Amino acid sequence: MKALRNQAEHEQVVPARRFRGRTLRTGGGGLSVRVDVRAFTVVALLLVAALTASVVLIGTGDFPIPAADVLRTLLGNGDAGQEFIVNELRLPRVLVGLLVGAALGLGGALFQAISRNPLGSPDVLGLGQGSTAGALVMIVLFSGSATQVTVGALVGGLVTGLAIYALAWKRGVHGYRLVLVGIGVSAIVTAVNGYLITKADLVDAARAIVWMTGSLNGRDWSQVWPLLGLCAVLVPLVLGNARALRMLEMGDDVAYALGVRVERTRLLLMVAAVLLTASATAAAGPVGFVALTAPQLARRLTRSPGPNLVPAMCMGATLLVVADWASQRAFGADQLPVGVVTGVLGGVYLLWLLVTERKAGRI
Amino acid sequence: MNRLSAEDVTLAYDQRVIAEQLSVEIPDNSFTVIVGPNACGKSTLLRALSRMLKPQRGRVLLDGQAIQSMPAKKVARTLGLLPQSSIAPDGITVGDLVGRGRYPHQGLLRQWSTEDERVVRESMTSTGVAELADRYVDELSGGQRQRVWIAMALAQQTPLLLLDEPTTFLDIQHQIDVLDLCAELHEEQGRTLVAVLHDLNHAARYATHLIALRDGSVIAEGAPADIVTAGLVEEVFGLRCQVIDDPETGTPLVVPAARKARTAPGPGSGSGSGGRVRAAS
Repeated sequence: MKALRNQAEHEQVVPARRFRGRTLRTGGGGLSVRVDVRAFTVVALLLVAALTASVVLIGTGDFPIPAADVLRTLLGNGDAGQEFIVNELRLPRVLVGLLVGAALGLGGALFQAISRNPLGSPDVLGLGQGSTAGALVMIVLFSGSATQVTVGALVGGLVTGLAIYALAWKRGVHGYRLVLVGIGVSAIVTAVNGYLITKADLVDAARAIVWMTGSLNGRDWSQVWPLLGLCAVLVPLVLGNARALRMLEMGDDVAYALGVRVERTRLLLMVAAVLLTASATAAAGPVGFVALTAPQLARRLTRSPGPNLVPAMCMGATLLVVADWASQRAFGADQLPVGVVTGVLGGVYLLWLLVTERKAGRI
Repeated sequence: MNRLSAEDVTLAYDQRVIAEQLSVEIPDNSFTVIVGPNACGKSTLLRALSRMLKPQRGRVLLDGQAIQSMPAKKVARTLGLLPQSSIAPDGITVGDLVGRGRYPHQGLLRQWSTEDERVVRESMTSTGVAELADRYVDELSGGQRQRVWIAMALAQQTPLLLLDEPTTFLDIQHQIDVLDLCAELHEEQGRTLVAVLHDLNHAARYATHLIALRDGSVIAEGAPADIVTAGLVEEVFGLRCQVIDDPETGTPLVVPAARKARTAPGPGSGSGSGGRVRAAS
């Protein structure tokens, strides 16, 4: 009772905002975990939004299925026809969408935190173009299979990521240099891509263009598993280093002083971010704008400093599935690639936010 | 033996050598101030002492161990650093920023103990920023912000604290304010402080131990009253001056010679440059 009263007095002296979030502690103090309530709520709401959008998306198509039936089928109680459509045709597509969105959101948040610059996202750095180059080489020069194109895109993204890191390296990678080198690399690779398209015959060129817009069309379970496996390894790895990344935000010197192994942490997180972005791009093509906007939108919702990794991840997944639903809803299945919609939706939302923030005098 | 020292270190950025065979001891429980002209290697020395710059030769010892081979978090619990450049993340509050100083004491499962909270509160109180805890760091004045960063370094709870030009960009009142705070931390909390300062008079007033550097070598070290003389100032900074007793504290006070006295003899020293000779060169 006395302890309670002390606690209450304490609370009066110390307003709630002083230390962000609630702390969960065990009695002995051996375990103490901090939870940012607002960020936690944002993540929960985004998850609900993503799952709702997923269910609606699964029900959308030439053969519409009501949401209740979708849920029943997902739980294993649907009829055979619906089961085939839901589990074999539409669920993998939605799962690929969720995973791609999450990977792009997380990759973007990592890149932006490492470069300490919202422009330092994979879209701007040319990772998407790098993956495209890899895919185009496979499509145009080798008329490769879908698997070969995927592998090509993965390799292209990784090589581009490594090239940017190597070129920007000078006693550690720094924000502006990373962005500038990335823009340069992006320009070069875009030119290469343009050249590859001109060399392609009509069929290959059409295939290349569709791939380049970013589409979830025709994705099946063979795309889900590798992506899921990769996320299962990388997400815990990244989140385990999230606190060190937060220290890095304050500059290399401060992070060093606090005992962060700066170069090691940064290299590890860069590699993880490149892998996430490259594999997402390999699975769905270079879906624009998600990696750039998801972290920014998440940050504005949580109003929390720090890389906001989990919110950015959930925001990416939500954004992509909603965009896929919007593209199917507005133009019919397979008419409009999801990359077009993410560009429009994400871009407009970001502009709107910038305008309102400007009016509020915050930027 | 002192806790922190550099042994015959050669400090260089790539090919550019800043200091060779430099040896420095930081006396325990001292407020050591490193002074010297621009580009004499004082900040570089501080970076080496805080293991941010790896010496090309020689080693920096912390508690008898080579600092480069010690675990990063262990060093961070012994030796804190307030660097020149630090970035306050957008939208961070003072309390949160100071809280980040607890990083080396935390782990994945021990993120925010009652001990962390107590130390952060104490650090904010002793730097006088407790009432700013809810404010955003970007809203603060330069002087307040520097106090917040010092509070963060204090929250690290290190017996040794290194400060790289903590008074730069502050007006005179806030400079004194920050130096008073340093003196307090040294006298009342018994921490060993090492600071790089530009202002020789501030150094002479606050330091218990002074290290004068020029071109990467120690020219003199010791208590300010023992080593600060007109001769030393001329040797280190190339400035002709008088050294008098500070009327407030009795510590040495450097008064630069008047311009006319510093220029070479010859009529009309203000008009032609031909006859001018720099006193120190």
